[in-house]
Amino acid sequence: MTQDELKAYLLDKFPSAEITLGTQYVQMIVASADLHQTATLLKDAKETSFDYLICLSGVDYPEYMEVIYHLESVSLRHVMVLKVRTKDRVNPAIDTVSDIWITAKYHEREVYDLLGVHFNNHNDLRRLFLEDGWGFPLRKDYVDEIRIVER
Amino acid sequence: MSEIKEVMFNSDRLATDEYLVNMGPQHPSTHGVLRMLVKLEGEKVLNIQPHIGYIHSGIEKMCEAISYPQIIHLTDRMDYLSAHMNNEAVALCVENALQVEVPERVKYIRTIMDELARLASHQLWWCVMGMDLGALTTFFYGLRDREMILDIFEETCGARLTVNYNLPGGLMFDIHPNFQKRVKDFITYFRKKLPEYDQLLSGNVIFRERTEGIGHLSLADAIAYGVTGPSGRASGFSNDLRKHQPYSAYPLVKFNEIIDHRCDTLARYEVRMKEMHESLSIIEQLIDNIPEGDYAVKMKSVIKLPEGEFYQRVETARGEFGVYIVSDGKKNPYRVKFRSPGFSNLFALNKMAKGHKIADLVAIMSTLDLVIPDIDR
Repeated sequence: MTQDELKAYLLDKFPSAEITLGTQYVQMIVASADLHQTATLLKDAKETSFDYLICLSGVDYPEYMEVIYHLESVSLRHVMVLKVRTKDRVNPAIDTVSDIWITAKYHEREVYDLLGVHFNNHNDLRRLFLEDGWGFPLRKDYVDEIRIVER
Repeated sequence: MSEIKEVMFNSDRLATDEYLVNMGPQHPSTHGVLRMLVKLEGEKVLNIQPHIGYIHSGIEKMCEAISYPQIIHLTDRMDYLSAHMNNEAVALCVENALQVEVPERVKYIRTIMDELARLASHQLWWCVMGMDLGALTTFFYGLRDREMILDIFEETCGARLTVNYNLPGGLMFDIHPNFQKRVKDFITYFRKKLPEYDQLLSGNVIFRERTEGIGHLSLADAIAYGVTGPSGRASGFSNDLRKHQPYSAYPLVKFNEIIDHRCDTLARYEVRMKEMHESLSIIEQLIDNIPEGDYAVKMKSVIKLPEGEFYQRVETARGEFGVYIVSDGKKNPYRVKFRSPGFSNLFALNKMAKGHKIADLVAIMSTLDLVIPDIDR
């Protein structure tokens, strides 16, 4: 599907989501409660069949935390960006998609490690790079005590 | 004596237990600081748990404090064998965000350098693969030929490994007057050497016994784990971004995407071997046709990206490399994320090695071609 067709299809299927044509790819922002169901549909529906999770990243914005999923369909060759936001900075938690795309299991561990976003129902949510008790360095309020970045 | 006899004939007492072995972080076959907790029963691998982070350098965090041209210098510290492609990914991302069109000359030179870097990376992979399986000779053959490419890099941009040849808007310098001749000499030389590689390792009986049918990764698993690059293509996963999302001069050249459906260690080996031939042919098509022109467009001294999000995918020697830049309009990015191919590839190892012998684990890991700083970032 072209970007416009994909956008029209998603608007039709997910009326509650916020769908825009981004600079490169179609973007869809879903409520965190709908994430798992939406992701399952995106992977399983014949029209979209997003079976390859390219990249899973987390960003800490001033008002919310965002997890971004770059998805591609191997058979149909279209790409889209799925986003989910959480306003809770103390205990941010969203559902895992590791049962839909296995690779998400490790990418989610990375996001948990560096941003402190908890993934519900993840079966092995441990820190990946850093030790337990380390802060969450990619959060904007992280204090860089050993002055790795700021000199 | 009677005790020994009893043990020998009483099979119950010979039963093995499951046990854990720490492989790494200093194990020679991991080629870096990767630690794997391997659960074994006798010699059979039951489960592998990779532990990473020994060389985590916080590159993504550092990027938030520096400017875009500076970020390029950090990217070749990740996958140092694909340094040129990593640099190019950031340069392309910034150029696309600013809608800068680089001169044709830059595109040609970038593509040639990409393929030279891919060749150098595959050569190192090949010689190390042989060494991991006990054939030390390959190591000398591979490094001897790789040296020629590194010399070309050195003459062109002054560095052999961390090249930093790309800038947003073009290249750091023009190519050296010797560049075309040396590259052509190398192609002629290496075309003769590649059959030697096959003679030495590909046809070896011990090598084939140790790779054929070992480390099966089905197409469905390759996609689910996001295994890209030659490792994914050996499982039939068509993911060559040079074909699917062409950038630089790739739309202008003819080459085949090497796909194998055998899914085993040998398939992953042969895909890389065939890719070397394709790389040579890509360079051959471009080297005589480098257009005249500038080697860079003039950019502002302080590069600021417009507000928004930009994603760029390139094909490195290991697979799909992605740069995700979130910009808030300042001279440094709000957030940078690198999607490294090694990270996704590594975690398919458990799936591939389960049920095989621990010596096969080394062979499987070799064909994944892991670079640890690429995984840890």
